[in-house]
Amino acid sequence: MSKSVIEVAEATKTFMISAGFMRGKMPLHAVNGVSIDVQQGEVLGIVGESGCGKTTLARMMLGLLDPTSGAIKVNGQPVDNVDRLEVARQLQPIFQDPYSSLNPRKSIGDIVTLPLKVQGDPDPDTWKRRAEEMMEMVGLPSRVYNNFPSQLSGGQRQRVAIARALINRPEIVICDEPTSALDVSVQSQILNLLQDLRKEFGLTYIIISHNLAVVEHMATRVAVMYLGRVVEQADTETLFKSPKHPYTEALLGSVLTPVPGLGVPDTHLGAAYPNPIDPPSGCTFHPRCAKVMDCCSKQFPPTIPNKHGFVECHLYSQDAKPPKVAAKRGRAAAKKAVNGSGAAQKKSRKTRARASRRK
Amino acid sequence: MVERILEVERLSVDIQVPAGTLRAVQGINFHVDRGETLCIVGESGCGKSITALSLMNLLPSSATRTADKLELDGREIQNFDERQMADLRGDRLAMIFQEPMTSLNPAYTIGNQLEEAMLRHRNVSRSEARDRAVFLLEKVGITGARGRLKQYPHQLSGGLRQRVMIAMSLMCGPDLIIADEPTTALDVTIQAQILHLLADLQREFNMSLILITHDLGIVARVADRVAVMYAGEFVETGTADQVFNRPSHPYTQGLLNCIPIPGKTKRGAHLGAIPGIVPSLIGEMHGCHFASRCQFVQDDCLKGKIAFREATKGGHQYRCILSSAESARNLKKANAA
Repeated sequence: MSKSVIEVAEATKTFMISAGFMRGKMPLHAVNGVSIDVQQGEVLGIVGESGCGKTTLARMMLGLLDPTSGAIKVNGQPVDNVDRLEVARQLQPIFQDPYSSLNPRKSIGDIVTLPLKVQGDPDPDTWKRRAEEMMEMVGLPSRVYNNFPSQLSGGQRQRVAIARALINRPEIVICDEPTSALDVSVQSQILNLLQDLRKEFGLTYIIISHNLAVVEHMATRVAVMYLGRVVEQADTETLFKSPKHPYTEALLGSVLTPVPGLGVPDTHLGAAYPNPIDPPSGCTFHPRCAKVMDCCSKQFPPTIPNKHGFVECHLYSQDAKPPKVAAKRGRAAAKKAVNGSGAAQKKSRKTRARASRRK
Repeated sequence: MVERILEVERLSVDIQVPAGTLRAVQGINFHVDRGETLCIVGESGCGKSITALSLMNLLPSSATRTADKLELDGREIQNFDERQMADLRGDRLAMIFQEPMTSLNPAYTIGNQLEEAMLRHRNVSRSEARDRAVFLLEKVGITGARGRLKQYPHQLSGGLRQRVMIAMSLMCGPDLIIADEPTTALDVTIQAQILHLLADLQREFNMSLILITHDLGIVARVADRVAVMYAGEFVETGTADQVFNRPSHPYTQGLLNCIPIPGKTKRGAHLGAIPGIVPSLIGEMHGCHFASRCQFVQDDCLKGKIAFREATKGGHQYRCILSSAESARNLKKANAA
């Protein structure tokens, strides 16, 4: 029986951002009512486009940001109440860019032993030895102990970040785009290392990435985020084999596997990610959806649980009409959504005629 | 009869750095025919961006370019002075850069920047240039184009900016577009759209495209021909089909083994890895550049320059001492593992 190590219940995070000079502030709902349970020992992948709130969610789990409403519990204790040190002992981050997440003025040894110092570890004499052991586990030669981050390659720096995260033996590691700054040959080394360490220490991972191939490879369960909401959640196999939400489908359709001759898929998604300050009504995905129905723009879609997780879409609710003409209309809507304004299209036809006359 | 747009022979770029001479590009040969897409793929630091810049003659002043041949449309452009090059850039040759955020000028409206190339190269009025800009913005899928012309780059999203960059490169109807990592800064969904768009436009205007990327997925889907670059050299060239279905150089084989492929790679299994790091390009190198990381390395690998050998008929070449039968055996072994 597995237990929940992180429970996120209806968490929201709203930033007040400036709407323009002298126009006051507008709320931006970066995370808008997300509930996720992370089970011990699993690898939860969180995917979505930039701006969908995945990093904000991760920062709230780490206790670096307080949720505006809702609760986040780590091992049964609310994150905002417990001591920061206590959270840090259980939960550690690995950030995206190893070039900016390591202090350039600290030696590798300092960086890796700092968590021990912060936690007030009782045996300063053993720090160096333990750091070197940790460095060996992540595949760093102990001779770099006195080097500085600028002397290391990108892959080695990410290994330093991993060593730093693991030196206090946390239970959970949150990896925010752990390999997107790295070359492919180095990416595979880091992914292999993360897999090995998971087995070794029985870690729970939360992997945030926009690289679906990486998520597919690493995760046991996947949550798909769109505009601050988790729109679909399922175990990896089900999600990649039979995606339910049209957004998940489009996302998976955009993955370019190295198979020659297939060409680039046309996902029929409008180019524009909606403005998060002024999200579309009803289902926030409806302007880009290929299967849009009448109710989509009016009602917020219900959360429909299934065997493998849940999906948040009108298509799967009982009373929804089957989408007959939907596909055609969806494409038109998607085209319009490139820039939102439909009125401009008429004008554009005129200018096109003018341009061709010139030819 | 195919029309050859670009022919490059023995292109080298040396960069003077405090530690010595960095030999970023070491004698590469390639050509691009009209309407064709050539992808140059490699990891960071292999010299692919420098190759792109050297074609445009936009190298930093510390770098020197040498070549036996650098012909655009049958004209040798190596000895062109700055004015002659400026006549080519944006007209016959256009470039799309990686970061649409930094390659647009934040102080000018996009209309201004779009029209500039046209006004520089063609004898047209401002309003004609504007019509062309509107026409192309619509072509790249931006609605309300006339209104957009008055906007500044910061008012557009990343995907829209990259579309503007593409429209800008098309202003004068170039023969050849060089796109350096055009979608790296974008989301996967937008990436698919932009690549789709590029392929459509290329077909429509019958242009040639040199696409530089590190993403093997993009290469497989977009390229007609592929050149795999490692440490300043091409190590394997061929059609996309040849290179992906029968990778022959150990580096290409290694690269393809490194990436997880949904539906093919077993979930959670160990991925292939290429141990070690890219060698320093400063100073002379002997033998095979990949030798320090190659699992099949032999004594002969370090002697002299390794020549290209033919893997299969039809221009599929790789630079290795292993025979094509041996490399096929290695590939089989790697796939079985």
